[in-house]
Amino acid sequence: MHTASNLNPLAEHAYHIRRYALQMGEIQGQGYIGQALGYADVLATAYCHAMQFKAADPDWQQRDRFLLSHGHYAIAHYAALIEAGIIPAEELETYGCDDSRLPMSGMAAYTPGMEISGGSLGQGLAIGVGIALGLRHQNNPAFVYNSMSDGELDEGATWEAAMSAAHYSLSNLICLVDINNQQADGHSSKILSFEPLADKWQAFGWHVQRVNGNDLAAVKQAFDTARHLEAAQPRVILCDTLMGKGVPFLEQRDKNHFIRVDAAEWQQAIAILDAAFNSGAQA
Amino acid sequence: MNVTVEKKPRLTTSAMIASIAAEGQRVKAAPFGHALVELAKERPDLVGMSADLSKYTDLHIFAQAHPERFYQMGMAEQLLLAAAGGMAKTGLMPFATSYAVFATRRAYDFIHQVICEEDLNVKICAALPGLTTGYGPSHQATEDIAMMRGIPGLTIVDPCDALDIEQAVPAIAAHQGPVYMRLLRGNVPLVLDEYDYQFELGKAKRLRDGKDVLIIASGIMTMRALETSDALAKDQVEVAVLHVPTIKPLDETTILQEASKSGRLVIVAENHSVIGGLGEAVASLLLRSSVTPAFRQIALPDAFLDAGALPTLHDRYGISTSVMASKIKSWL
Repeated sequence: MHTASNLNPLAEHAYHIRRYALQMGEIQGQGYIGQALGYADVLATAYCHAMQFKAADPDWQQRDRFLLSHGHYAIAHYAALIEAGIIPAEELETYGCDDSRLPMSGMAAYTPGMEISGGSLGQGLAIGVGIALGLRHQNNPAFVYNSMSDGELDEGATWEAAMSAAHYSLSNLICLVDINNQQADGHSSKILSFEPLADKWQAFGWHVQRVNGNDLAAVKQAFDTARHLEAAQPRVILCDTLMGKGVPFLEQRDKNHFIRVDAAEWQQAIAILDAAFNSGAQA
Repeated sequence: MNVTVEKKPRLTTSAMIASIAAEGQRVKAAPFGHALVELAKERPDLVGMSADLSKYTDLHIFAQAHPERFYQMGMAEQLLLAAAGGMAKTGLMPFATSYAVFATRRAYDFIHQVICEEDLNVKICAALPGLTTGYGPSHQATEDIAMMRGIPGLTIVDPCDALDIEQAVPAIAAHQGPVYMRLLRGNVPLVLDEYDYQFELGKAKRLRDGKDVLIIASGIMTMRALETSDALAKDQVEVAVLHVPTIKPLDETTILQEASKSGRLVIVAENHSVIGGLGEAVASLLLRSSVTPAFRQIALPDAFLDAGALPTLHDRYGISTSVMASKIKSWL
């Protein structure tokens, strides 16, 4: 693991998250690595900049809640939880193995810091509405970050929740949508058109920001804006991301829900990541 | 020529919607709503939630008493149950209400994944169970128990009357974990106060003994079983009644004890499809335990039921007292 002090610290965290995810991917020889690499910058910003939590006390009452609605992104979320110090790095070797705390799809009972059992897609935002209402009911100042994929925009419950969040002026609810335009059967925009997405959320009563989810400065700014906004309304950050980001041969590979990675390529990908980080660190 | 047409009283669908009580029957108004208001005094964690049916589940009584503890989620049952799960995750105890059809059929995966997979402390209270409305299949929850029984860790309660509901509300609140309770609303019959009865979660209670027939029943069918027992007594048929308000977990000990007494026809009576409810639960328990009395089911058919007036439909589908009594006589 390389470190560098003269780089944007978030870039270093994002690099670590990508590296952990690749290490886990190598263990199973598969996984949603394209999504993990694409989403690492958003996760780094959430866990290493925006969110309030205590790594040693994942159940701390005042913690901000991060809901992984898209449970299949668990590989990315575990990497972020390791980077946040909530899960020890040694544990990534168990990813997807029998009796591991790190199953392939995220589940609340298995993993410290995993707030919900996602994976039945489209449930996270509705759960987030309940948590946000519950926190407000009890004067708890914590924020709820619901993380979801663009495919989950297909689910009706997402929009039930979007209406409700605005109805209740849930300013403690921040929704993150990873727009990588890829879902199980193909490009999300072709499966079920979702544009104009910013207009949709706005019409539902949300404060909307759309950013390049791989531009750390922009993502950081968006998180800050969402958190400190004074308007009494829920906030959504639409993050356009590139699957495979940080590993050019994966960025360019034919996009599928699963990006194919050959056995020898995991280490190549890590080497490319390390080299890029080191050259960036020296720049 | 004079033609005399015999006129039957014309029953209407809507007249029977607000209450399942028979004419002249003793009733209590909105026992669920009043029990919640009472419970709220000692449970500050209690919140009420509804999907645009608070007035029709008696939750409005609670909402009026505690407006700051009532959350209207709109006509959105998936949201209702997911948000109830979210609320529970912050330490609150939501009572989430809707009609049984919408809570179970519309929102099944949300009960399964959000609430039960995480063993969250949500009480789902669902009105119009089984055949208690004449609106047809859109409103008749004839398979709700079958669906709910399939979910691990979910406690299922089917109360008989107003007293049962009043006592069940604090009992399910005292139980940490998810509960699905069938709800009778409006003017709810009052029956069990005539018996030495106390609701206990997970316990079956024998209300009446008898040497010829044992009826194992839940929900409103316990009331019907007691009436049937009275009717058959006139024919010197003794009918015992075992009330099983908790469908899951089933009180296997008491059921086996009662069903093992020799010489009685065992009948399970339920306001639910013949598939997947109390009848099949008891049947499999008996077979697994090698207890094999003569066994019959009184239940709704595996069919999309008709619309109409409830007395007509209860006769048609065999869950009225008179049809039950004649069926049982034919089985003896």
